[in-house]
Amino acid sequence: MFHSLEEIVNQCEKENKEFWEIVMEDDARERSVEAASSYAKMMDTWDAMLLAAANYDNKLKSASGLVGGDGYKMEQYIAGGERLCGEFLGQVIAGALQMGESNACMKRIVAAPTAGACGVMPAILVPYFKRIGKDSDRIVRSMYVAAGIGQVIADRASISGAQGGCQAEIGSASAMAAGALVYLEGGNETQIVHAAAMALKNLLGLVCDPVAGLVEVPCVKRNVIGAVNAVSSAEMALAGIISRVWPDQVIDAMKEVGDKMDVSLKETGLGGLAATAFGNEIKNLTID
Amino acid sequence: MNIFDILGPVMVGPSSSHTAGAVRIGYVARRLLQDVPCKVSIYFHGSFATTGVGHGTDRAVIAGLLGMQPDDIRIPDSFNYAKRAGLQFDFGQREIRDAHPNTVILDLEGKNGRKLKVQASSLGGGRIMINQLDGIDVNFTAEKPTLIVHNLDQPGHVAEVTSMLSHKCVNIATMQLYRDKRGGYAVMVLETDQEVPVESIRWLEHLEGIIKVTYINLDEEELCFIH
Repeated sequence: MFHSLEEIVNQCEKENKEFWEIVMEDDARERSVEAASSYAKMMDTWDAMLLAAANYDNKLKSASGLVGGDGYKMEQYIAGGERLCGEFLGQVIAGALQMGESNACMKRIVAAPTAGACGVMPAILVPYFKRIGKDSDRIVRSMYVAAGIGQVIADRASISGAQGGCQAEIGSASAMAAGALVYLEGGNETQIVHAAAMALKNLLGLVCDPVAGLVEVPCVKRNVIGAVNAVSSAEMALAGIISRVWPDQVIDAMKEVGDKMDVSLKETGLGGLAATAFGNEIKNLTID
Repeated sequence: MNIFDILGPVMVGPSSSHTAGAVRIGYVARRLLQDVPCKVSIYFHGSFATTGVGHGTDRAVIAGLLGMQPDDIRIPDSFNYAKRAGLQFDFGQREIRDAHPNTVILDLEGKNGRKLKVQASSLGGGRIMINQLDGIDVNFTAEKPTLIVHNLDQPGHVAEVTSMLSHKCVNIATMQLYRDKRGGYAVMVLETDQEVPVESIRWLEHLEGIIKVTYINLDEEELCFIH
């Protein structure tokens, strides 16, 4: 298992292999399975993600009634004409909302890295998959890139909102998706880790303040910022822009910020948006 | 954490701790009961008690008790499936001292009359910890094959179990020992790297001083109940 992104990049250079291969081989070693079996499992994970996206139901409502139908609205709006953000980014926004809503409505999703952040990765991968003529292998390889980044974040910091706030969930998902996108667009290892670093940096400090403690508000829409931020960070990296703070140090900073974050802002439903008048109203409604 | 804990699990939402973990607790409890559950009282503690309903924690635990896995799309409907399967259930809340915020107690009864009380916590990411069985500390995750031996606290039982495992080429990953008092009731919990053969478990059960043996391996299909 890797404890830093630097280790992965160094190993890529040393063995003259791609980022995804290094992560896959490490997984096979760690779990004592064949590389082919690891690959098949990742393909299953991708299938589950695609299926989850296809099974979006715009008529569902969540437990509190606050979530449902917005992803459909966005999809309709994008399809309705030339929009400011363009077609790809429009689909990314709609995809993030839809998966977040599916999760809130008890549909089957792929936690990536968590259920609350499950919309970020597919929001990028599903539209990209359609764009590149449905080449599953490329998508699966990019998922290894994402998983490798996520594993290092989990090891050095956290991927849990209760431990590190939303930056640990949506921030991590965004970093993972940014790395995956750089790979898909033909970027190298260094660009991958710098995209991840920029994505994480941009969401540093994001708190986990769910209304009534439910994975609904603001979680669903936070998936959108995670996904859009992944696109902009990947594009910056591909343009040759680097993170001035080295990627592993960004992850360590995320941990430090998470440790210093007040407990009311770490998935307890006691601070931030959860503590607003609206938040309290919903809390009283859902708990009684 | 392996990479499929990062990209995964595939699960029914909305929460890996409050939904997926809760299904897993129900499922592991069913396997530990070694019987088909027909009656259960469920007591939620902490965050499970306050935000459980909104996360479907109640439906998730029942789904697990019915044998469903965290990715089963029938989870939201589990109450109806319970009715059909003849599983009676009721819910309550209970403050448990020093417990993890996502903790639940299950008082279980099976169709063949077996009873078991399970206290378990959902640790996040869908991972769980079984804290107590029938009031005795155990603390295992059920991620590996796990052997739980209840015995009288007297010399030799640990040696019997470990030499049996060594004889069967089963490597012990972790081992814990608990007892209520010196010479009283003792429990050993062993997590192993390989599966423990059924005949060895039967052999253990017949040894003098061994009260009960429970074995759980989630990689194996639920086939028969070992007595």
